[in-house]
Parts: sequence; structure tokens; C-alpha cells
Amino acid sequence: MSVWVFAEQVDGSPGESALEVLTKAASRGPVTVAYLGDGSEPDVETLGAYGAGVVYHLQGSGDLPAAAAARSLAGLVERESPQAILFSQTYTSRDVAGRLAARIDRPVISNAVGVDFDGPWSVTSEIFGGSQIVRTAFTGPGPFLVLVRPKSYTAEASGGSVDRVETIPLPEVGRSGSPRVVDTIVERADGPQLSDAKVIVSGGRGLGSAEAYALIENVAEPLHAATGATRAIVDAGWVPYAKQVGQTGKTVKPEVYMACGISGAMQHLVGMKDSKRIVAINKDPEAPIFSVADLGIIGDVHKVLPKLTEALNARG
Amino acid sequence: MQVVVCVKQIPDPASPSALDPATNRLIRPAEQVLDDTDRYGIEVGLQLGEKTGGSVTLVSMGPTGTMQGIRQALAMGVDKAVIVDDPALEGSDALTTAKVLAAAASREGFDVLVAGVESTDGYSGVVPQMVAELLDVPALTYARKVELDGDGLRIERQTSGGFDIVQSDTPAVLAVTAGAVEPRYPTFRGIMAAKRKPVDQVRAGDLGVDGDPRQEVISVAPAPERQAGEVVEDEGTGHVRIIEFMEAAKVI
Repeated sequence: MSVWVFAEQVDGSPGESALEVLTKAASRGPVTVAYLGDGSEPDVETLGAYGAGVVYHLQGSGDLPAAAAARSLAGLVERESPQAILFSQTYTSRDVAGRLAARIDRPVISNAVGVDFDGPWSVTSEIFGGSQIVRTAFTGPGPFLVLVRPKSYTAEASGGSVDRVETIPLPEVGRSGSPRVVDTIVERADGPQLSDAKVIVSGGRGLGSAEAYALIENVAEPLHAATGATRAIVDAGWVPYAKQVGQTGKTVKPEVYMACGISGAMQHLVGMKDSKRIVAINKDPEAPIFSVADLGIIGDVHKVLPKLTEALNARG
Repeated sequence: MQVVVCVKQIPDPASPSALDPATNRLIRPAEQVLDDTDRYGIEVGLQLGEKTGGSVTLVSMGPTGTMQGIRQALAMGVDKAVIVDDPALEGSDALTTAKVLAAAASREGFDVLVAGVESTDGYSGVVPQMVAELLDVPALTYARKVELDGDGLRIERQTSGGFDIVQSDTPAVLAVTAGAVEPRYPTFRGIMAAKRKPVDQVRAGDLGVDGDPRQEVISVAPAPERQAGEVVEDEGTGHVRIIEFMEAAKVI
């Protein structure tokens, strides 16, 4: 049974979450990768190292490529009938998977945290904020389309190389392809990133104001921590979206996650509950965040954080 | 500009959710609420309608129940509602849902079809893209800001590192985030007017869609619970306990 992986080139190389999915698929042998390029040379070497045997390089233009990529993929599916295509659940991959599913009339399962190739093919996902584990099987014909949440698997190079690269220019798709990207704005902060920092300090509504997010940044500095946020304060415009942790944001698994003024809504817990250790500071003793915290401080972030920052800085 | 807004009634997120053990489907009480994320789509739709002097039609699939959520949307200012409530569609997957919404929306006709990025209860996050593909129109997804641009649209689309500014022709599907706008509250007049607005009930068969499940839940089990740890009241020394904890974790 052939399992394909869809991957995107981001800043010149395959995105980390795509390599995680590729690593998983490669446990069964070399993988065919449909690789959506960003206009630069495809990083075939990295794909090979993580298990790609064949690469279909979908040559992108930089404009929203989902409609055209879905059409190219549909053509490849018709030609080669893969049994499954795994996507890492990024923005563009969601767009491509959704459009492909509609185009070839096959279901897609989102939010997978595991894929089981043995026995009847099944997908594991979490519901109700991660409190229940659901296994779902596909009952119709393939290809089965699965969107896998980032950090569900660990990316590991196995040292292989790609046998064959076929370049497929993205087709013109008429009115579905009308969107044009006229500008790209980068909001990514310098310093430790959510994806790989050992410590993450996140803030929520309990901070009270956009200005109070400085408390998070101040304590993060001596900890060499990345700074995160809940959907509530991102939606309120206090911090950029790139900091959002949770269902619609990033999934993180640091050594220590410190949740400050965060109640622990399901949508947030999904993104951070698998952190190795969790510290929570919240005024409300009933806050759900305390039920997942290894250390809970019932207190005011406006009092605890400045003292913590001072004490950390004093350590030098 | 004709606008269609897709909305969903969901079980009140404030009450604990449960699956029906016989079917493994979400139990949907008669009284459901408007998915909070849909209030943003409705507001975007209303603003587009107001700026262009166009109509705004709501399309929703699922058990109608007490209609509380639909009425809230009508009270915000939506002109009329089309509801697809059909037992044959129970347990539909994302693609069946998209087929129903696409068929209902194209019957109404639209220049812009607005939806939330994902629902709060199912959160598959792929329905707007599927609707777009079924109708061969662009999908402007993760829109955090929406403006008219001649006959087209100009949006800010969230990306993992920031955002893109995207221009597109219409017709188009627009999937908006909860940050896009500040949704209005229904006025008393709006609430009264909602009672007289047309609500069109449609069956799946009218739209030529059958609910044909192609995936099956084979097991549901509780996740291994994370043990709650030590919880202490801050009496001025909470930070000391945090530092001890960080030292034990060897991150400082």
C-alpha cells in the first residue's frame, strides 16, 4: 500500500512539520512526496534524508497555490492511485487537502495525532480538549487524506536519497486561481522560537491589557524562553498571531510551559498539554489550567511575575 | 453584492459535551447556540452587504432544534435563512457538509460566501476550502482583515510568520478568523424584526446530496489523564517556588 506525503517548501527547505509526517510514512520504506515549491530550487537532499524516494516538485509561483496544487495532485492521484496522502496541518496544507478532497470526492480526516498503518487503516485524534481519544477508520475507497497535527511525530533523518524528481509546473486554474499575494509581512520575533525553545512563557486574558504583556517578555528573557499567547489575546490584537498556542495556533512541547493569566480553555490546552512540565499562575483557584499543571500558583500575575523576573535576573 | 454566510448551531460549549455511546456521534440538545466563531463571519457579511447595498443570506446545516442560534444571527441583521435539517445528514463528514452548503449557497447565488475558519465543535477546518473547490471559486482563508477592492476583495491572510496581503476577484469564499471584526450585538429592534424574517427549510434531497459516511469511529477512549500537581496560594513567595521548580527541571 503506497503512502504519499504532501510537503511545502518554506524559506527554501521542507517545513519541520512536513518532515515529521515524512519520517512516520518512511517507516514503511521510501515515500513519494508531492512537494509544493516556493519558487526556489527544491531541497531534494533534505527530503531524501528524511525518507523521500520520489519527489513530484509542484512548481509554485508565490501566489496562493492551493487550487492549482490540488488540481496537480488530483492528476497524480488519477495516474498512480496512492492509498493515502498525509499532510501536516499547516495553513496551506489545509487549503490543499480540502480542495483535493472535494475534487476527487474522498473524505479527509483533520487533527490527526496518530496514523496506524497496521490492520485496518485508522487515524487517531483527540476531542473535547484532548480528554478523549478517538480512532477513526476509512470505510470507502482511497486515497485516504489525513491532516496530521504538528509535533505528533518526531522528525528523524534516516540518511536516504531521492531516486527521481519530476517537476510539474502548477496549472492555470481559471477563476479559482485569481488570488494574488501583493505583499508579505513578517511578524516573527527574534530570539527563542515557540517551535524549539526549552521554556515557553505564555500570557492570556488575565494580564488585563496589551501593555501587561511586557511582564511575559520580561520574565522570558532571563529564562531564554519563547513567548506565547492564547487565542483570546491574539484576537484582541495584543500580540501577533505568530505567538498563538492552541487549536488554531501552534502545538508546543517544551520542557517547561508557564501559563500566566490563562484559564485553560480547551482550545488552548490542545496546543500545550503535552509539554513535559507545566506551571500555571492564575487568580482563580477553579481555573481548568490547574488540573493539568505540575505546579499551580494561585495568585496575581501582576505581583508574581515582577518578583520572579527580579529573582531570575539576580541569579545572573 | 450578494452575500451568503455559513453558520452552525452547536451544543453550548459552557456545558460538558458527550458522545452518544451507540453511534459515537456528538449529542446535540434541542437547544443549541450560535457557534461564537460564526458571529465574526456574520459581522463581516453584514458589513459587506451594508457597504454595497446587497443582501445577506444565512445558510446552515444541522438539527434546527429551538432555532436559538439562527434567531440570534437574524437578529444581528441577516436578511433571511436557509436551513438544511435532514436526519439523513446526521453524522455527515466535512465533505458531505461542504456539498450541502455549496448546493444551498449556489441556489441562493452569491458574490461572497463567508464562513468561520473552523467550527468550535467539529473543527475540521477544511469545509470552506471544499465549498470553494465544489463551486470553482477562490478560497480566501484565515482572513484577519477584509476590505472591498473595486468589485473584488483585499484581505490580510494569516501565515505562520505574519500575514500576506491578498487580492482576489469575486465570487469567492472567505474564511475569517475571530480577530477580523468586532461583532455587533442584536438590538431590541433587530430581535423583534428577526421573528418575521423568512426561514426556508430544505431537505438534502432537494439539493441532490446524500449523506454517505465514508469514515467510521471504531473506538473512543479516555486520554491518559495528566495528574494535577501541587497547587499553592501565593503569599508573596510564589516566585520562589517557581524558581525551585525550574531548577528541578534543569532549565535554569
